[in-house]
Amino acid sequence: MTGLLAMFRRLEGPQTVGRGPAFWGLFALVLAVALAYPLFSDGYTVGNTVYFFVWVFIALSLCLIWGYGGSLSFGQTAFFGIAGYSYGILTINFGSGYGFTLLALVMAVAIAALFAVLLGYFMFFGRIAGVFLGIVTLAVTLMLERFMAQTAGPEWHIGAARLNGFNGMSAMPPLTIPWPGEPIVLFADVGLYYLVLGLLAFVYLALRILMNSSFGNVIVAIRENPERAEMLGYDVRKYQLITFVIGAALAGLSGVLYTVWGQYITPSSMGMTAAALPLIWVAVGGRSDLTSTVIGTLVVLAAFQALTIYGSQYALVFMGVLLVLTVLIAPNGLVLGAMNWLGRIASRLTQRAG
Amino acid sequence: MSLLELRKLNKHFGGLHVTNSVDLTLRAGEIHCLIGPNGAGKSTLFRLILGEHRPGSGDILFAGENITALKSFARIHRGLSVKFQVPGVFKGLSVRQNLEIALQSRHRGGELEAEIGRLLAFLGLESEQTQIAGNLSHGQKQWLEIGMAISLKPRLLLLDEPTAGMSPEETHMTGEMVQRLNAGGMTVLAIEHDMAFVRQVAHRVTVLHLGQVFAQGSIDEIVADERVAAIYLGQAHA
Repeated sequence: MTGLLAMFRRLEGPQTVGRGPAFWGLFALVLAVALAYPLFSDGYTVGNTVYFFVWVFIALSLCLIWGYGGSLSFGQTAFFGIAGYSYGILTINFGSGYGFTLLALVMAVAIAALFAVLLGYFMFFGRIAGVFLGIVTLAVTLMLERFMAQTAGPEWHIGAARLNGFNGMSAMPPLTIPWPGEPIVLFADVGLYYLVLGLLAFVYLALRILMNSSFGNVIVAIRENPERAEMLGYDVRKYQLITFVIGAALAGLSGVLYTVWGQYITPSSMGMTAAALPLIWVAVGGRSDLTSTVIGTLVVLAAFQALTIYGSQYALVFMGVLLVLTVLIAPNGLVLGAMNWLGRIASRLTQRAG
Repeated sequence: MSLLELRKLNKHFGGLHVTNSVDLTLRAGEIHCLIGPNGAGKSTLFRLILGEHRPGSGDILFAGENITALKSFARIHRGLSVKFQVPGVFKGLSVRQNLEIALQSRHRGGELEAEIGRLLAFLGLESEQTQIAGNLSHGQKQWLEIGMAISLKPRLLLLDEPTAGMSPEETHMTGEMVQRLNAGGMTVLAIEHDMAFVRQVAHRVTVLHLGQVFAQGSIDEIVADERVAAIYLGQAHA
């Protein structure tokens, strides 16, 4: 019981912005609005919101590895793609009966994590760090994209699942919950919305607890000064590998949910543009804070989509401009900068009131 | 009894022989200072002891155990600790968090809080505890790092130029701190250029020159040694 209490106390701490009744009141309000929102909206819009939510997991994975851990991974999309394809291969072969899609979701995330264990082991224990880590991870995701893009022929199949080259894999079953009478199929609207919202809230809170724990302390210590961290007795490479694997699992979760959402996955989900976009969301939001990352990602995604509707060519250019502006104006992120500014004003007001 | 023993330690960087068959024995409980001109191989010797460099040949024994093949963090677990030449604090984190990271693997909960408080008081950094470590003065950073290093309660503390950039008063206070730690049973090996500091604390002094042990003895013996004076003036081969 005390252990549980100590865990909840970790929801606040030096590694996360936001504390006290005001913050958690706002959090509860946002969650309540998010829960009620599908009642006042149509299926298409709710489905579109799910699409936004799906990307937040890969953004959080980058926030964890890069923002907190200090290792820039340019290839989170590799885990996204691996998990997406794994889900497709598993469910196309074994169907959606007996709740298998849920098991497939877990297995696909596990496969992505396993791949990260291998890749991360060679990188971290091979002492690859800094910009080289970015280059290696980018190379991996681009290689996977190239590989999957040339699997168009009928000889490229795993069981009943055709890989389909650049057109990608499609028609995998949506997530299905077994239920007495009729199974509940989570199509890309209200059903999937609640699942993804639940996962998002869970992952966000779990990461807050993790980052404010002694584990999180070590992770930021490694970002600040890996040599000092090692000389305090921490096995730096082990901690980096664990962080990398957790991040890969989150990116994988993004990939599965994306695949489930659209019932397709293509090689371009692991390509250059796909790999670069999460970096922009996270950098613009504020890579060293979970809340800033979530807000930044949702805002930038919504803006990006709006821009794409009015002129698709300019949307990507705008993303580039946004990144440059962030680096110039608020290198730690626009949302994080704004939140810190608001926090300072609030504390000044309370001081004056007191 | 010897705590640390270096046996015929060698290290090459390409053609440069930075550590040349160094034999050095540290007695448990002593304060030992390592001096020598720039490029003598003092910092490299530290890195070999800490496992950041692997020796080309030779052995490192700590408390009787051969630790030559151990990784750095494992050597720390055996009872080694270090304060680097350039203050190695976690610059973006608060002073308090710096100490928490150092102490958290040994203490939990209320006990951790008490230990942090005790260390803050020992370092005279209580009023700076919420300050970001990167904003501290140079001397305060040095002390914070010393605080992190000693928080591990090491058997052997390595200090690489602990008084660099400090005023004479700060240097003297650091000397007193080192003596207090030593009185508590900690063995200390310090690289230091400040002879006032060496005179204040050292039980024994080793002079390193061109990667080799050049002379060893008490501070008075070393100061009286004309060959030592000569290498410091750059006339070793004259």
